[in-house]
Amino acid sequence: MSDVTLPPLRNRGPAWLYEGNWSLRIGLVSFLIILLAAIFAPLVTSYDPIAIDLAKALQPPSLVHWMGTDHLGRDVFTRVVFAARVDLQIGAIGVALPLIIGTIVGLIAGYYGGWVDAVIGRIVDVIIAFPFLVLVIAIVAMLGPGLINLYIALTVVSWVLYTRIIRAETIALKKREYVLAARNLGFGHLRIMFGHILPNAIAPALVFAMSDFALDVQVGATLSFFGLGAQPPTPEWGLMIAETRSMMLTAPWVVVGPGLAIVVVSLVVSLIGDGLADKVRRLDG
Amino acid sequence: MSDPILRVEGISKTYGGPRPALAGASFELAKGEILGVVGESGSGKTTLARCVALLERPDAGRVIFKGEDLAALREGQLRKRRRGIQTVFQDPYASLNPTKTIGDALGEVMLVHGLAVRKEIKKHVAELLDQVGLPTTAADAYPKSFSGGQRQRICIARALAAQPEILIADEPVSSLDVSVQAQVVNLILDLKDRLGLSVIFIGHDLQLIDFIAPRVLVMLAGEIVETIPADRSIADARHEYTRALMQAVSKLETLAG
Repeated sequence: MSDVTLPPLRNRGPAWLYEGNWSLRIGLVSFLIILLAAIFAPLVTSYDPIAIDLAKALQPPSLVHWMGTDHLGRDVFTRVVFAARVDLQIGAIGVALPLIIGTIVGLIAGYYGGWVDAVIGRIVDVIIAFPFLVLVIAIVAMLGPGLINLYIALTVVSWVLYTRIIRAETIALKKREYVLAARNLGFGHLRIMFGHILPNAIAPALVFAMSDFALDVQVGATLSFFGLGAQPPTPEWGLMIAETRSMMLTAPWVVVGPGLAIVVVSLVVSLIGDGLADKVRRLDG
Repeated sequence: MSDPILRVEGISKTYGGPRPALAGASFELAKGEILGVVGESGSGKTTLARCVALLERPDAGRVIFKGEDLAALREGQLRKRRRGIQTVFQDPYASLNPTKTIGDALGEVMLVHGLAVRKEIKKHVAELLDQVGLPTTAADAYPKSFSGGQRQRICIARALAAQPEILIADEPVSSLDVSVQAQVVNLILDLKDRLGLSVIFIGHDLQLIDFIAPRVLVMLAGEIVETIPADRSIADARHEYTRALMQAVSKLETLAG
C-alpha cells in the first residue's frame, strides 16, 4: 500500500566528496601528505637525522641541503621531517586521550544530571580556572621531563574542555523527542547515551579537537624548547629551535625550518577544523 | 467496560511551578478502544501522555497496565515493560535520530527486545514500512529525506516495531499540513482496527477528536473536567468549559463562512 512517493535519495558516501568544501579538502590532503612524509621519512630524505658531521656545520640552504645544516652538521630538512613523527604524535595523543575521556565524562554528567553533574562540574571548574600552559608546565615539572609525562599533563588539563562541550550538547539533546522515544522503547542507558546522543553531540567536539591539535603541537614544541618535552638528540621542532637559538642571527635557516613546520601544521589542522565547522553548520541548518 | 487494559488512578505531576501540571487524573482504557483527550495548550495533555508512558514519573497516583502498577516499578523493571505502551510525539522533525537510517531505527527496536532474529530484520522492517504506507526503499534513507507526514508514518512504524498494546498519539497531526493530517489520522484508525490496538488520541482540535474518538476526556488546568461518553455527542457537553470551547469553534466557522 505504497501511496507515498519519496524524494530521490542523496548520493551515498561521505558528504565532503560531493559537497564543495575546499578548506576541508585542502586541509585533509595536506595533512595526509605531511603524515605520509613523517611515516616514510627515511624515503623522503637520504640523510641521517642524528649523526654528527662537524665538517658540514652551519651551511646555508643549497640544492643538497634545502634548509641548510645546523651547528652539528645535520641536515635541517631531514630533522624537520623526522621531527614530524614526534610532533604529530604529540598532537594525536594530546587530542585523542582528552577527547575520549572528556566525551565519556561529559555524556555521564549531562545525561544523569543531579549530584553526578554537580561533582563533575566542580572538578571541571577547578581545572579550567588554571591557565592552560602554566598547569601543563607545572605537571610536567612535577612528574619529570619526557614525552610520556607530557601526554599525561595534556590529558589531565584538556579533558575538561571536551567534557564541557559534550555535557552542554547532551543536556540539550536529552530533551529531544527521539531520545524520549528511545526511553519509551525500553532502550538501556548505555544504548541511549552512545547510540542516540553521542553521534549527534560529537560534531562540535571534533571541530574543537582540530584547534586543540594545533595547540598541543605548539605546547609540545614550547615544552621541548624549555627542556621539559622531547630530549636531545631526538628531532623535535621546539627542541631544534632551542638548540640553535644562539645562532639565530648569524645562521637564521636553523630556526626557519622547524618554525615554518609548526606554522604549516597549525594552519593545515585549522583548515580541517574550519571545514568541519562549516559542515556542522550545514547539518544543523 | 468489562476489563480495562489500562487504569489510571489519580496521577499528579508538579514541575516546580505554583500550579500542578496534572492534578489527580483518573480514567480507564478498554482493549481496542480509542479514547480522545482534548484541551487547550497548557491544560496538561502532554504531561498526561508522558506520565502514562512513564517518561515522567507521576508524583502521586497509579498507572495500572495489565494489572500491574507501572508507577511503582523501579527503572530496571520498568524498562522491560515499556514497549507495551508506545508514544507518537507531536514534532515529527525532532522525533527521529538524524544519524540513523530508518531501517536501523526500526531494526534496533526489534533486536533490543528480541522480537526478531538478525537475519530476518530486513524482512520485518519492510513489513513495518508497508503497514504505514511507505516504500521499502525508505529503509536505507536518513530522516532528512522525508517530509513531516512521512516522518510521522515512520514514528508510527517505530512504535509498532515494539509490538505495543497501547498507542499514545500526542497531537500527532497538529504540526502537519491539513492535507496530510487526514492521511495520518486514517492510518492510526486503520492500524487500530487491524492490530487491535488501544489508542489514546490527544489533540486540541475539538471536532477532529470528536470525529475520531467515541469517548472523549476534556482537560482544563491539569484536571479532567468532563468525560463525554460514547453515546453522547460533544455538542451536548455539560461542563461550561467544553461548551465554551464548542462555541469558540462555531464562532470561528461563522467568521470563516
